[in-house]
Amino acid sequence: MKPKPEHTTQRLKTLLHCEDNLETDLGAWFPGERVVFRGKDLFSELNDLPWMSLLLYGITGRLINSKQNRLFESIWALCVSYPDPRLWNNRVAALAGTARSTGALGVAAATAVTEAKIYGGQANFGAIEFVKHALNSYQRDPGNFANFVNDELKTKRVIPGFGRPIVANDERIPPLMRVVTELGYQDEPHLNLVFEVERILLEGRKRMRMNITGLAAALAADQGLTTQEYSAYLIHAFGAGIVPCYLNAVETTAGSFFPLRCDRIQYEGQETRKWA
Amino acid sequence: MAKEKDVIHSRIWSEEPEADNPFAAARCFCAGYDVYGEVIHKASWIEYVYLMFRGERPESAQAKQFERLAIALANPGPRDHSVRAAMNGGVGGSTSAACLMAALGVGAGQFGGAHEVALAMYCWEQCAQDLAQWRECLQSPPSGALGEFWPDLEHAPGFDPYGQSCPTPVLQTLELLAAGKPSTRLRWLSEHREELEADADGPLAMTGVAAAALADLEFSIEQGEMVFLLLRLPGAAAHALEQRKFGWRRYPFFSDGLHLSNDPGPTTTAKTENEHETEA
Repeated sequence: MKPKPEHTTQRLKTLLHCEDNLETDLGAWFPGERVVFRGKDLFSELNDLPWMSLLLYGITGRLINSKQNRLFESIWALCVSYPDPRLWNNRVAALAGTARSTGALGVAAATAVTEAKIYGGQANFGAIEFVKHALNSYQRDPGNFANFVNDELKTKRVIPGFGRPIVANDERIPPLMRVVTELGYQDEPHLNLVFEVERILLEGRKRMRMNITGLAAALAADQGLTTQEYSAYLIHAFGAGIVPCYLNAVETTAGSFFPLRCDRIQYEGQETRKWA
Repeated sequence: MAKEKDVIHSRIWSEEPEADNPFAAARCFCAGYDVYGEVIHKASWIEYVYLMFRGERPESAQAKQFERLAIALANPGPRDHSVRAAMNGGVGGSTSAACLMAALGVGAGQFGGAHEVALAMYCWEQCAQDLAQWRECLQSPPSGALGEFWPDLEHAPGFDPYGQSCPTPVLQTLELLAAGKPSTRLRWLSEHREELEADADGPLAMTGVAAAALADLEFSIEQGEMVFLLLRLPGAAAHALEQRKFGWRRYPFFSDGLHLSNDPGPTTTAKTENEHETEA
C-alpha cells in the first residue's frame, strides 16, 4: 500500500508521541521518597485504607466507605473462595502443589483459569451485563418485563446469573443477603430486579433459580460499578480458596493428588495404526 | 453396585500400562500411532504437533508449510509485547515458567497477539474470498465475535493500525507461504493485499499472514489461536534467559519516561520524615 503523506504522519503520530513518554494520572513511585496513587499520597492520605478499599480506589478512582468495603469483602469471602481442590480453578493450584511447582505459579495459573465461561470471569461479565441491560429494559417498559426475560432465555438459552450446574439452589445467597440486610442495601434497583427475574424464571419451564453470580452482579451494579470495574474487582476474588489448595497439596506427598491410572484414559479415537 | 470411576475421555491419546505399575505407561498412542515405538523414529516434530491437533498426519507439503510458519512466528523479537513480558520476568529473576506465562498472557491479546489471529481467522470464516465482505469486516471489525468479555477491538484484525507500509518480513513470509501448499487463502491474500490494506486502513501484519496460513492448514479458529500461542514461545524463552543474564541494570526502566498529571507533591508527613532522615 502506498500511504498518503498526511496519513503517514497521522499513523505514526501516536507511537512517536508515546516513545519514552507515558502520560498518566494513575500513579508513580518516587524512589526512596513517596508513592502517588491516583493523585493521592499513599503513605499520608491512603495509609488507613483497608486493602479492599485501596483495590477499589485503584480500579475506580473513587473512595468507598466502610459499609461498601464490608459489602465488597463479603462478596469475596462468602461467595467464591471455597477451599475445595476439586473445583476446576482450585485444582490447578493443587496440581501445582502436588507437582511441586511454586505458589505464585500455581496461584497465577489458577487465577487465569478462573476467567472461565461456566463460572468466574466470563460468567460474572455476562451477569453484570445482563442486570444492567435488564434494568434498562424494566425502566423503559415495566409491564413487558416478563416477556423481556423469557425472550432473553429463548434467544440465548441461558441467562447469566441464573441456573447452576450440579445443584439448583445456591447456598451462598442466604448468608450474603444477611450481610446485605445488615448493611441496609436490601432495597436497591438492581437487587430488586434480580429477585423479580428469579420469580419470572421460576414460573417458566426450566424453573431456574438465581445463583450467586446474579446476586453479586446486582449488588455491584447498585454500588455504581461498571462492567469493566466489576470484572477487575473480581480478578483476585477466588484467591482465599486457591492459595490453601496449593499449600495443602504441596504439604502432602508429591504426586498424590488424585493420581490417575493409565486405564483412566478412555480412548475414543482412531484404531492403532502404522506411521509408515 | 460400585460407582464407576471418573475417566478422561480422549480421541488423541491412549496408554497401555506397564505390567508392574498401573500408573506408568508402557506404550503411548497418539491418534492411533505408537509414539515411542514408531513416531519418534519417523516423524518430524512439526508433523507430530499437527497430528495432535488435527488427528491425522499432515501431507508432506502441509508439514513443510506448517514448519515454515513455525519459523516465521518463533521469535517476534525483543520489542514485541509478549517477548518484553517474558524479559521482564527474566530481568527480575522470576522463574522460567513465570516468564513463559507472562509471554502467553500478553501474547494472547488482540493487538498483535493470538486473539487477533483468532479474529482474523473468524474473518476468513465469514468472508472467504469475497472482497465486498472483507471490506465490511475490516471497516467494522468484529469486536466481541469470539467472546464479549475481551476488550473492544480497535483495529482491523490481521492489519497494523500504526504501520506505514507492509514490513519486509511480513511480505517475505507471505510470498514464501503463498508459493507453497496449501495456500488458497494465502494466494488470494497476496493478490488482494493492497485492496485489503486500504479497507483496513493499515498494512498487513504477521498476524494476518498467520491467520491465513493456519486456516489454509485447516486449523479451526480455536486451534489456530492455541497454535499461534505455542509457536511464539521459543523466542520469548530465549530472550527471557538472555535478559536474566544481562540483569535489570542493563534493561530499560524508562526512568524519565513517566509523566504524572496529578502529582500532589511531597506531603507534610513525607517532608517531615525526609527531613528527619537528613538530620540523622
